[in-house]
Amino acid sequence: MNDSVLKTLTVSFLVCLFCSLVVSYAAVSLRDMQNLNKLNDQRIKILKTAAIYNPEESIASQFTRLTPKFVDFSTGDLLDSYGEYDLNTYDPVYFSKQPDHSTPIPASKDIAIVKNHENIGKIYLLKDSSSNLEKIILPIRGYGLWGTLFGYIAIDKDLNTIKGLEFYAHKETPGLGAEVDNPKWKSLWDGKSIYKDGEVEIEVIKGKVDPSNQMASYQVDGLSGATLTSRGVTNMLVYWFGESGYKETLKNINYDS
Amino acid sequence: MTVKQYKEVLAKPLLEENPITLQILGICSALAVTSNLSVTLVMCVALTSVVSFSNLFISIIRNYIPSSVRIIVQMTIIASLVIVVDELLKAYDYETSKKLSVFVGLIITNCIVMGRAEAFAMKEKPFISFLDGLGNGLGYSIILIAVAIVRELFGAGTLMGYEILPLVSNGGWYPANNLLLLPPSSFILIGLMIWAIRAYKTDQIEPNEYKLSGHATAPDTSKREVNV
Repeated sequence: MNDSVLKTLTVSFLVCLFCSLVVSYAAVSLRDMQNLNKLNDQRIKILKTAAIYNPEESIASQFTRLTPKFVDFSTGDLLDSYGEYDLNTYDPVYFSKQPDHSTPIPASKDIAIVKNHENIGKIYLLKDSSSNLEKIILPIRGYGLWGTLFGYIAIDKDLNTIKGLEFYAHKETPGLGAEVDNPKWKSLWDGKSIYKDGEVEIEVIKGKVDPSNQMASYQVDGLSGATLTSRGVTNMLVYWFGESGYKETLKNINYDS
Repeated sequence: MTVKQYKEVLAKPLLEENPITLQILGICSALAVTSNLSVTLVMCVALTSVVSFSNLFISIIRNYIPSSVRIIVQMTIIASLVIVVDELLKAYDYETSKKLSVFVGLIITNCIVMGRAEAFAMKEKPFISFLDGLGNGLGYSIILIAVAIVRELFGAGTLMGYEILPLVSNGGWYPANNLLLLPPSSFILIGLMIWAIRAYKTDQIEPNEYKLSGHATAPDTSKREVNV
């Protein structure tokens, strides 16, 4: 009598119970390892943005070449400590979601749809062997077509030239918007300039950049078929290099060095 | 059950009753994950383990599954196995799991898994069901690996990421065939394989579902009466 109501319910219940136990055990017991993988993946992206990634060397030891610093967005100051938080594990994206540690951005200023801006950010400095500043790696994020793109951008010690751009998480369409991960497209960013007379002029344009154009060093080829993603990347850069983002910080670094 | 029967259950799905080329199942993932051999290998291992173990577990409880909810019970077991495989991949092979993205999760909807559970594991004993799952998983893997070798070698000039044919764009001599990197190319390749296998094993050729009738003269419409 396999088909009685009681038997049907009992078998379904037991199968579900057993399966849920197996699934939760797998999920819980592997979580630490998965989080470590995610963290390493993000660190690899940071190293790649800084163009110092070497797959043969351990990630942790390569990461020591970078000096993390807190950034106070209200003053643009670089800080070595912030409350009880540890500089190495501080996650600005997490704190952007905590009401006590973030500020909602007024809609008129929120061109990249970041929504909440963390009060204290974290950036990385790459120094050469004689501890002179070589590059600065800044986290950026903003809305594309389907969701927020999270990435890092490296700028040169002149504080105006882009040295690398990487995204570590996004939800864009494979083959179209997801071409932000295409190495060829990413290589186009190297050497582009951000500010012209104090204004953010860097832009992902539609179509190909005309090298004879005098603005060519502020322009990057658009991703064909992904106008909204391209526009999202532009907005993100305008936002994060603008007044609400790293503009003041970059000025301070300039005075320091 | 004799050893011969075990061997037959394991070997038949490899070529004679291959799930992809004879039953035309599991085509979706065969199109999607075959542009790169190393990703394909991981996918093959994932699918083979899911179909083998789902067959095993379903066969163990086959006498207790009420027929009114049997598909749901099968799906629950298959889905749990797929989630476990997905979690394992995320923990032990994060890079590949990122490349496979949704396709590991989509093993749940792979017709081979469901088909073997319903057609074999519901009727047979656990061990032979496990072998049937293993055989079908390997049959799927053989086709996928063959497609992936052609696609990666002639589409990108590499195998497992190692350069075999130096590309023109990298200063070599081989102009890459970009069509092979796009999903439709696996349709063409699988089609060619089905053709080759059926030319060799003619009993796989299906009879036409229609019959061509003899030549008939068209009715003369000019003489048709019109009722007003």
